[in-house]
Amino acid sequence: MTALELSRLQFAVVTVYHYLFVPLSISLSALTAGLQTAWWLRRRSGLGDARFGRATMLVGKLLMATFAVGVVTGLVQEFQFGLSWSAFAQYYGDVFGPTLAVEGMLAFFLEATFLGLWWFGRDRLRPLVHLATIWVVALGTLISAYVILAANAFMQHPVGVALDPVTGRARLADFGALLTNEVVVASFPHTIAGAFMAGGALLLAIGVWRRWRSPAAREEGAVLTSGVSDGPSLTRDEAPTWRLLARVGAWTTLLGGVAVALTGDVLGKVMTEVQPMKMAAAEALYETTSHAPFSVFAVPLPGHAQPTSLDIPWLLSFLATGDPTATVQGIDDLAARYVAQFGPGDYTPWIPVAYWTFRLMIGLGVLATAVAAWVLWRTRRGRDLEPAGRGWLALGDRWLVRFLPVIPALPAAAATLGWLFTETARQPWLVFGLFRTADGVSPTLTPAELGLSLAGFALVYGVLAVVWVRLVLHVSRADLVDLHPDPVEVPDDEDAPVLEPSY
Amino acid sequence: MDLAMIWFALVVACWVLFAVLEGFDFGVGMLAGVLGRDEHERAAAVRTVGPVWDGNEVWLVAAIGVTFAAFPAWYAALLPGLYLPLVGLLLALAARGVALEFRGKVDSAAWRLRADVVLGLSSLCSAAGIGAVLALATTGLALGPGGAVPGVGVARSLAPLVSAPALVGALVGVLAALLSGAAFLGLRTTGPVRVRARRVAIATAGVVAVVVVVLAAVAAPVAAPVAALAVVAGVGAARRREGLAFGAASLAALGGVVAAFAAHAPVVLPSTLDPAFSLTVAGAAASPGALQVISVAGVLVLPGVVAYQAFSYWVFRERVASGREVAA
Repeated sequence: MTALELSRLQFAVVTVYHYLFVPLSISLSALTAGLQTAWWLRRRSGLGDARFGRATMLVGKLLMATFAVGVVTGLVQEFQFGLSWSAFAQYYGDVFGPTLAVEGMLAFFLEATFLGLWWFGRDRLRPLVHLATIWVVALGTLISAYVILAANAFMQHPVGVALDPVTGRARLADFGALLTNEVVVASFPHTIAGAFMAGGALLLAIGVWRRWRSPAAREEGAVLTSGVSDGPSLTRDEAPTWRLLARVGAWTTLLGGVAVALTGDVLGKVMTEVQPMKMAAAEALYETTSHAPFSVFAVPLPGHAQPTSLDIPWLLSFLATGDPTATVQGIDDLAARYVAQFGPGDYTPWIPVAYWTFRLMIGLGVLATAVAAWVLWRTRRGRDLEPAGRGWLALGDRWLVRFLPVIPALPAAAATLGWLFTETARQPWLVFGLFRTADGVSPTLTPAELGLSLAGFALVYGVLAVVWVRLVLHVSRADLVDLHPDPVEVPDDEDAPVLEPSY
Repeated sequence: MDLAMIWFALVVACWVLFAVLEGFDFGVGMLAGVLGRDEHERAAAVRTVGPVWDGNEVWLVAAIGVTFAAFPAWYAALLPGLYLPLVGLLLALAARGVALEFRGKVDSAAWRLRADVVLGLSSLCSAAGIGAVLALATTGLALGPGGAVPGVGVARSLAPLVSAPALVGALVGVLAALLSGAAFLGLRTTGPVRVRARRVAIATAGVVAVVVVVLAAVAAPVAAPVAALAVVAGVGAARRREGLAFGAASLAALGGVVAAFAAHAPVVLPSTLDPAFSLTVAGAAASPGALQVISVAGVLVLPGVVAYQAFSYWVFRERVASGREVAA
């Protein structure tokens, strides 16, 4: 493989991996903040309710584990643009660099410092200050997401940039325009909604598993007991918290799913406008068509002779433009137009990847949303899932609990596919219309160096993934902890801590 | 003084803060498993950096991000020039961060043992790596035209590691981190860990002073004051003035980083092939528009960053006792 191919593969691997943890960090920090706020409000109004404090601690532990991996893999991202894409950094650093610098100064410090304050400051900070720290973390993740998506939006649809006629280098002309790029305005809500689906699905799976599926819950049926030795116990005391977790997770996934669909529609229309080739590739629409149908699936792809397919008439024209009769540009016409505009070359992205990633992204997102709706409906008004029951509905519950471990993977896979789609279907461009991916790679980097670094990332990231999964499983199996346990009497002996200030 | 020079100073300031703050993190990581004789002591040692290490490490993000924004050509030459050493450093930092965060999250001796081993080794590699990278970044790379380092195979970016600057840099990085970490543990713990940390600080201070004196005599006379600061740190530890010891160790790290960057200023990245290929502050700087944007952001944001990081150190100012079970 060439240095270019290896650089692209490595960027894809480390970025997709990093992005498995980002949506969880975004949503779990906000969910922790929300749960702790509910706990604080209830405590203040004298309604003793342990559920919210316990759920806060559990989600907070998941957040800590996830955030750690997100931080260390995010650090790599900060270096990537120089390590293997130094020609891009040299030509576009003036525009791209400030976004990364602003993200670091504005958001990364906030998240890192305040998450430490939140986790270790439980018994040191006043409750309201402690609550504020987790909201700051959540705010930091959102700022981070916005600025990074603005940087990505620049690659999709370059605005706020001027080209130096002599050196060919880009110069930052308007940072405000960069931050209000119509692509980031559309992709930010879409991305955040997807992030909430990811966190929601994780909580849903853990809550349902502990409340209705774990060995203790299954063994005892509807009877709740304590002191079951094998597997996590399900006590009368804890059951309401697991139920709360399942329903909060399901609501989050459901609302996230609806928001993803609505914002995805807006993003699709913006994309059709700024990168018509990407959306034509998503549909494998070779010929410019009016009243274009939406292809649900086709084998082989549309454009080939006689595919077996399912089409929905007029829907593509409607989705792309809002008008079911509108004309949608096809791949062949666009390719010819780009040749005329940019000179000879291949301007067509990899169509099967674009077509299938786009469809699978939507399909998995819909599936996760449907699962969440099912859980909410089956547990409405205090009802229980009945995986051991009879009838069609119980069969649905049985399938749900059987496939619980897959559920958190659905939104994660959908997000991954979405990124693979939007990044591969931008090719051959790194910055659309201005700078080609092939021109961005570090000029003297050798394939041997890339092979070694790729092996290193694969090894370390692989181990991190295994350890993260083990920790998440451990947290999911552990007993619940109260947010503020009752103060324990400190025995009056010489082992008692002497707390003196260091400075 | 123009905006580009101010940003060069700010890049150096980010590296200084990273070296000083993350320096003691690395030292604590290396020492926690050695100075802590049982789980309570080890947990207490790790806990001293638990709330703050991540914020400290962000100064590396700031240094790199600010370099990218203010000096794109510097960023684009340095990173691919030191490709494999930097990838190795990033992997060590990844292992370290996860070991620190995951250590106390599972109540199992085997889990914690593995975390301690990974923490110790990755902290050692990180300190050595940062030392080597900073030494190479300030003494120069084989930059050709266009800021690219030519070469064949993995040796292109690995070969610079087997050079005098890299080896000395790695050694100094590890020693400085040990001194700083020992002084910090002396300041932040109680009981036996505190006593042992002071002893390590005294011994390391002596070694650092000797190494720096040799270095000053052979290559860089500008480093001489750093040796004096190391001696002050050692004397402070011996007299149980732990604040003085830590302060002097921090100033020594500051002095070392500033001296390294100042040696060739306004050259930001010297070329060892031909001085004509060296990158200068003016030659590597971004456009005035980009510098203005990050200047506004920096003025608005960085004072706040320093303030809330200081607040975090204030909240966790109490010494960490090892006489009780320390919650994760």
